[in-house]
Amino acid sequence: MLNHQYTRYSLATRGSGRGWQLLGFTFAALAGFLSWAPVARAQDSTIRAIQNIFDPLSAPAETLYQISLLVMAVCAVIFLVVGGLLTYAIIRYRRRGPEDDHEEPPQVYGSAAIELAWTVPPILIVVMLVLVTARTIGEIQHPKMPETAEQVRIIGHRYWWEVRYPKHDVVTANEIHVPLSSRTNRLPTQMVLESADVIHGFWVPQLNGKTMLVPNYRNTMWIEPYATGIYLGNCTVLCGQQHANMLIRVIVDKPEVYRKWLESQKQAPVSDPQVAEGQQQFISNSCGTCHHIENARGATGVFGPDLTHFSSRATLGSGVAPNDDQHLRSWLVNPQDLKPGCLMPNMQLSSNQVDSILAYLRTLK
Amino acid sequence: MSTDTYATPETEWKLPSPRKVGITLVILTESSLFTIFVVAYLFYLGKSLNPPYPREVLEFPWLGSFFLFSSSATVVVAEQRLKKGDRGGFHLWWLITILLGAGFLVYTGSEWYHLIYHDGLTLSTNLFGSTFYSLVGLHASHVVVGLVLLSLILVASLTGNIQHRHHEHIEMISWYWHFVDGIWAVVVTVVYIIGMQS
Amino acid sequence: MANSTDTLKEIGTELAPAPPGHEHGTLTAWIQDLIFTVDHKKLGFMYIGMGWLFFIAGGILASLIRLQLAVPNNHVLDPEAFNGAFTMHGTAMIFFFAMAMVFGLANYVVPLQIGARDMAFPRLNAFSFWTTFFGGCFLFTSYVAGPGLYGTGAAPDASWFALAPLTSRAFSPGNNIDYWSLGLLISGVGTITGGVNVMVTIFCYRCKGMTLYRMPLFTWMVLVTMFLVVMFFPPLSAAQIMLVLERFFGAKFFEAQAGGSPVLWQHFFWIFGHPEVYILVLPAFGVISEVIPVFSRKPIFGYPMMVAASVMIGFISAGVWAHHMFTIGMDSFSVTFFAFATFVIAIPTGIKIFNWLGTMYGGKLRMEIPMLFCIAFLFQFLIAGLTGIMLGCAPFDWQLNDSYFVIAHFHYVIVGGIVFGVFAGFYYWFPKATGRLLNTRLGLWHFWVFTIGFHLTFDPQHFLGILGMPRRIYTYQEGRGWEFLNMLSTIGAIIQGIGAIIFIINMIWSARKGKIAGDDPWDAWTLEWTTTSPPPEYNFEEIPEVRSRRPLWDLKHPEDPDWKFE
Repeated sequence: MLNHQYTRYSLATRGSGRGWQLLGFTFAALAGFLSWAPVARAQDSTIRAIQNIFDPLSAPAETLYQISLLVMAVCAVIFLVVGGLLTYAIIRYRRRGPEDDHEEPPQVYGSAAIELAWTVPPILIVVMLVLVTARTIGEIQHPKMPETAEQVRIIGHRYWWEVRYPKHDVVTANEIHVPLSSRTNRLPTQMVLESADVIHGFWVPQLNGKTMLVPNYRNTMWIEPYATGIYLGNCTVLCGQQHANMLIRVIVDKPEVYRKWLESQKQAPVSDPQVAEGQQQFISNSCGTCHHIENARGATGVFGPDLTHFSSRATLGSGVAPNDDQHLRSWLVNPQDLKPGCLMPNMQLSSNQVDSILAYLRTLK
Repeated sequence: MSTDTYATPETEWKLPSPRKVGITLVILTESSLFTIFVVAYLFYLGKSLNPPYPREVLEFPWLGSFFLFSSSATVVVAEQRLKKGDRGGFHLWWLITILLGAGFLVYTGSEWYHLIYHDGLTLSTNLFGSTFYSLVGLHASHVVVGLVLLSLILVASLTGNIQHRHHEHIEMISWYWHFVDGIWAVVVTVVYIIGMQS
Repeated sequence: MANSTDTLKEIGTELAPAPPGHEHGTLTAWIQDLIFTVDHKKLGFMYIGMGWLFFIAGGILASLIRLQLAVPNNHVLDPEAFNGAFTMHGTAMIFFFAMAMVFGLANYVVPLQIGARDMAFPRLNAFSFWTTFFGGCFLFTSYVAGPGLYGTGAAPDASWFALAPLTSRAFSPGNNIDYWSLGLLISGVGTITGGVNVMVTIFCYRCKGMTLYRMPLFTWMVLVTMFLVVMFFPPLSAAQIMLVLERFFGAKFFEAQAGGSPVLWQHFFWIFGHPEVYILVLPAFGVISEVIPVFSRKPIFGYPMMVAASVMIGFISAGVWAHHMFTIGMDSFSVTFFAFATFVIAIPTGIKIFNWLGTMYGGKLRMEIPMLFCIAFLFQFLIAGLTGIMLGCAPFDWQLNDSYFVIAHFHYVIVGGIVFGVFAGFYYWFPKATGRLLNTRLGLWHFWVFTIGFHLTFDPQHFLGILGMPRRIYTYQEGRGWEFLNMLSTIGAIIQGIGAIIFIINMIWSARKGKIAGDDPWDAWTLEWTTTSPPPEYNFEEIPEVRSRRPLWDLKHPEDPDWKFE
């Protein structure tokens, strides 16, 4: 399912690639429309699993990439010079044989001139690096945000991500949809990062550097992606046993697609009599004490992810498994099998209960 | 061209006293320890989410400070007596030092009693409680250690085990005692003078 | 000076005179000697022995970690065990291997180098060792506590820097964290008292003529190191006391719900944590500064600058701590300041590399095992320093922090730098301590196998970080591009392990069967080489007097002594 290939948008030809982009999108939209005719999603389903920090696809990540190139260039020069001198010394001044033991080489104690000569260049390099670093820090931490910027509020939990869109009153979990930005239509996304329990870290390398989510502390960061796709990321601060499986998915869509997604998320689920039994089971088995579902009486919990649109998500357990029936069944039978140490206990559901709850959850699109 | 700084048998080879260097380093390391607790107290001033707050329950520790600071003076007097060979005077003033130190502890104990039982401030009440008791408690524990050391010296002297060659040991213990007083000066400033604004 | 090596062998390896009524040479006598000794040389051995013990434990944990990560979705360790494994690996390696090596080498070598008979406070020295050792044992008791031998025990599992609030009772309900904080509080007492002891020794027990500016560089580095120990271990102890008060008595130091700040823990920890890495690396610098001159047949280039650079590193190290916290969300000014300070500390560090290079230039480099480790050190520490500069650039760090790039960087420093320095020191001073040289052929195997293993383990990890792999994850999914590099790293770890085993075999074999070294096998110039190998318990028959930085050179070259030129 995971696609190893991804379209590499050349940074230098970003403008000139637009024609191809348009063509590609048209094709993808057509294909998407034909395959999901009932629900016109037309999402770019390219999964960007290889998150190379040197392959930025977002404005802040691009800025970080530029300064990292500079720093690496400086380091490479230093390495070649010093490493070269070292290699030369080892070869040129090695003891060649017993004939070299007759007398000691000249006993040189030092040289103030040489010391000065090799102290000044490092100082100059440091001055240059500090200036460049300071400027970049300002660019990233104090960006010029347009009015149109989207806003997302992310609250870290053990081991899932609560995602809220304050401008739109949308609540979801683990999969963060954001609009695609372009030079003519800037649509960055501002993110507020908070934590409900311990410190977490949010990192999607191709979108930006990482920022921590600290309880009682509000952090902000921003992304401005210029390529659609599904970007994978990780929690980066040890938060407990399932830190490894607190995965992130950022789905970047064209603005129209993104808006359609928002609309679908705002719609409350309609009671479907076919799964009334499942909904009943959901409540009576106390699932609602942890999970919120809009319009479902008794499902008001905030301890676990909001499940109102659970089946519109591609993965479950914050990325630990695909959101298909087989894995959902396994999760309902015993979440500890897929994610040992996660905070959803084994609810001891019978096979029938699992079936009916599964059917109910599948209506929550 | 020879920069011959060789110490000939005629010139002295003088190295610092190990005990002095040792106690200085101990004082440095303890100061580093106290600094962190001081920083925690200052950082959390005004950030407690629930009462009691410093300005409500703290009273300036006049009596305790008087006891402790005077004990620094009395320990100096005791040392001077010892230098003069006045063993009896040394014992007297050394004992007064110990009593003053104990008096300080009694004062602190009664302050804490009041805070815990009348004002409801404990280690776990709020940020103020945690930082107050940990800082003042750390200092009090150092006073206890100091009193133990002072008492050991007194007993040793009374049983005739202190000779003139031990004058440096005694000086080192008095340095430690001055350090404890110095820390109290910092604590008073931070906890009471600055703290009582919040 | 030079006497019959056989009688010296007897004098040196003989135990202290047995107490009356105890048979000489029995196991009980040996154990009693070990428990009650206050001799800096024996305590040095004990620190070093303790260090290798915890090195093996830490190495086993590392092997388990690498086995678990060799392939995606592996099941060698469950998440709880994995979290315990990397926490214990880090804690054991830093506090009970590396620190033990620092104190072991310092204990053994410094008094000999300054012409003293022992440490300033020998009984305190023994106390320091036993306290440190007890702390380490206490920490590892966690494995057999809790669920016991068949579970993972109650090993601390919140990483070696124990971030709040993960360490609070709410999120770590068992006793795991308590083993960490109490074990380190106990060993911290030993470390700090040891630091005081070494500093007093260096200040107050130098032999006649040895001004501070004539001390060997190893002793200088140890002096700066111990100053850092004395100043910066207390913040760790303070933070741990606060953690203990929080976990046991409900105090509110880092609890967000009470208005506390988890960030404060990080500040306190890293105020200790950064100087700690200099505490670990400075003695390695000291070893390199001893070995390179001897094996280049030249004095160190620019001694005063080396001293000044080390002191500067010591002071600046107190001001860079928040470069470990670039991603916590600090304001721009603070971030810039700490990036600046981090760049600045690279200057004196770089200067030292140039000075070592300058020492080698124009010399006659003897490529024996100690020198091989020094050369590898130079290359590896250069790379480590450069990746450190990359991490010091805060924006770059925003990508690289908490990823495998950081793991690669600090293992380059600690293994590529410090462990290689320790190995160099071992091959250099083992003959002095035991009277026998370490075997050269085994040494070559050790060097090459370990170096290849080291690079195979950690070079790929730089790229893992670049490809987005975060730290402290017990498994990863397929398709992220991490599989091949992880497998390489695991193979490298196994090869490294083999290299380490070869070294241990070399030590054990050479202690009994190695070539007799004599007083001065390397034709060196500092005071430890003027006495026998191993030295008698009283170190020197007569306390020497010195006139220069290389007293033995002066004695060997009376027509061309150093004191005419220094």
